[in-house]
Amino acid sequence: MRDLQLSLNQTQRVRLEAALHELQTVAPAAAVTVADTIPVNDEDNILKGHGTSDQDGEVVATLCGVVERVNKLVYVRTLRARYKPEVGDIIVGRVIEIAPKRWRLEINFSQDAVLMLSSMNLPDGIQRRRTAVDELNMRTIFEENDVICAEVRGFQHDGSLHLQARSQKYGKLERGQLLVVPAYLVKRRKQHFHHLEQYDVDLILGCNGFIWVGEHVVVGENANMMENKLNLSAEVENFTPLETRKHICRLANAVRVLSALGFTLTVELIIETAEASVSSNIEINNMLGAEFYVQTAEREVKRRADLLRKKSGGR
Amino acid sequence: MEYVNPLTGFRVDGRRPNEMRQLKGEVGVVARADGSALFEMGNTRVIAAVYGPREVQNKGQQVNSKDALVRCEYRMADFSTGDRRRKPKGDRRSTEISLVIRQTMEASILTHLMPRSQIDIFVQVLQADGGTRAACINAATLALADAGIPMRDIVTSCSADLNYIEDSAGGPDVTVGFLTKMDKVTLLQMDAKLPMDTFETVMDLAIEGCKAIANYIREVLLENTKRLECQRDH
Repeated sequence: MRDLQLSLNQTQRVRLEAALHELQTVAPAAAVTVADTIPVNDEDNILKGHGTSDQDGEVVATLCGVVERVNKLVYVRTLRARYKPEVGDIIVGRVIEIAPKRWRLEINFSQDAVLMLSSMNLPDGIQRRRTAVDELNMRTIFEENDVICAEVRGFQHDGSLHLQARSQKYGKLERGQLLVVPAYLVKRRKQHFHHLEQYDVDLILGCNGFIWVGEHVVVGENANMMENKLNLSAEVENFTPLETRKHICRLANAVRVLSALGFTLTVELIIETAEASVSSNIEINNMLGAEFYVQTAEREVKRRADLLRKKSGGR
Repeated sequence: MEYVNPLTGFRVDGRRPNEMRQLKGEVGVVARADGSALFEMGNTRVIAAVYGPREVQNKGQQVNSKDALVRCEYRMADFSTGDRRRKPKGDRRSTEISLVIRQTMEASILTHLMPRSQIDIFVQVLQADGGTRAACINAATLALADAGIPMRDIVTSCSADLNYIEDSAGGPDVTVGFLTKMDKVTLLQMDAKLPMDTFETVMDLAIEGCKAIANYIREVLLENTKRLECQRDH
């Protein structure tokens, strides 16, 4: 397995193999590899999308993945590839450089993303032109190695990727863990910010495969926040309750296990996995062990089988 | 030195004269890399890791910002050969092989789809028993495909060649890189002299080998893709 080095014993290996085998029987996918011919009907008016090329009149895959057909469009959806940004995606990234008027962020894309000083809200919340003083104070907003949440704004003319952070919910992420998973495991959804109230934890599923699990931050009205800060600054500043920290670790480990197994990460699944570890009395540090790993695989198999049964029962 | 035993008709390592080495490939062996593969051809064992496409680290190396920059580093582990020897990093042999691998892979990668970025390929020979060049190219192909980097075709390589003992004795070694689907040769290297007619048979043999390897690599990739998709799917 890719991310976890496991030492499975004999029974665990058999169980894992059985579970994974079970999963494979479910979905027969139209998988292709590089240089496979994609069968198309002889109607010449198909559109060749990503991951395909034309060789001697044949449509040939240039990637490994699954063939998708949408009306006339034929394209190959890759699995293990770097993140491909789309406008409006919510992403989590890490600042790697501060350049004039911009931050450069690593976001698991083929280039670094750019966050302009002008495309983010100033900490004082006032809308105004950015001055040279603001530019000099950029490090007070984000420093190198800070983890940031932002939104994809789009590609500029020169091909660089620009981000924006024009809302209170975007910005620096603190007091939590950043997890890096393959981007294909995060599906685009309506909601990528999740406040898990029972744990007092924020979970951000970045479309680029960067996942943030951290202490919940209250995002209120601007004035309100300033007030809070003034009142509580002294006590709250560097203190996350132990309970919350444990929750963060548990959720983070759940994400690790799920991503190592290659399951799509959804909030429900992450919570379910974390809950399962609690109910079967597994310590946080044992969650990455072989036993829980196998259990998670088996639980997922069961869940999918149930889903399938429900579907077919409904009809 | 005899390469083929006249009595038994077997070579030093127990293969028939034109038998291919046993193949084994595995993807996803390096956790942090974007793509990685372990490839074995007989006793030759190579590990390849691909990082990228990622931001160009050294802007000076970037020749054309419309294409991706492909870099390759080949290295032989000290313990890979029969006699343990410390080799300096930039020795001529490894620089040359790095270049060969880079050029071969560059020919198949669709670099124009990844502008302003760079792809790093690291290949490490863990165990050398002849045909390391070929094994490296095959490993690199697997790793690139695993990293989801668009390629024109699967490049495979096979050397109508020798094992370590034979190679050290200085026999001829022909390495061929081959684009299977397009039926094109992208690499041809020979380290000794051969008569014309022998060369042709050797070449045919190598191409045959390339095709067999391509089939094997496809199988490995397809299986991996299917597994990933099935695990992911809801």
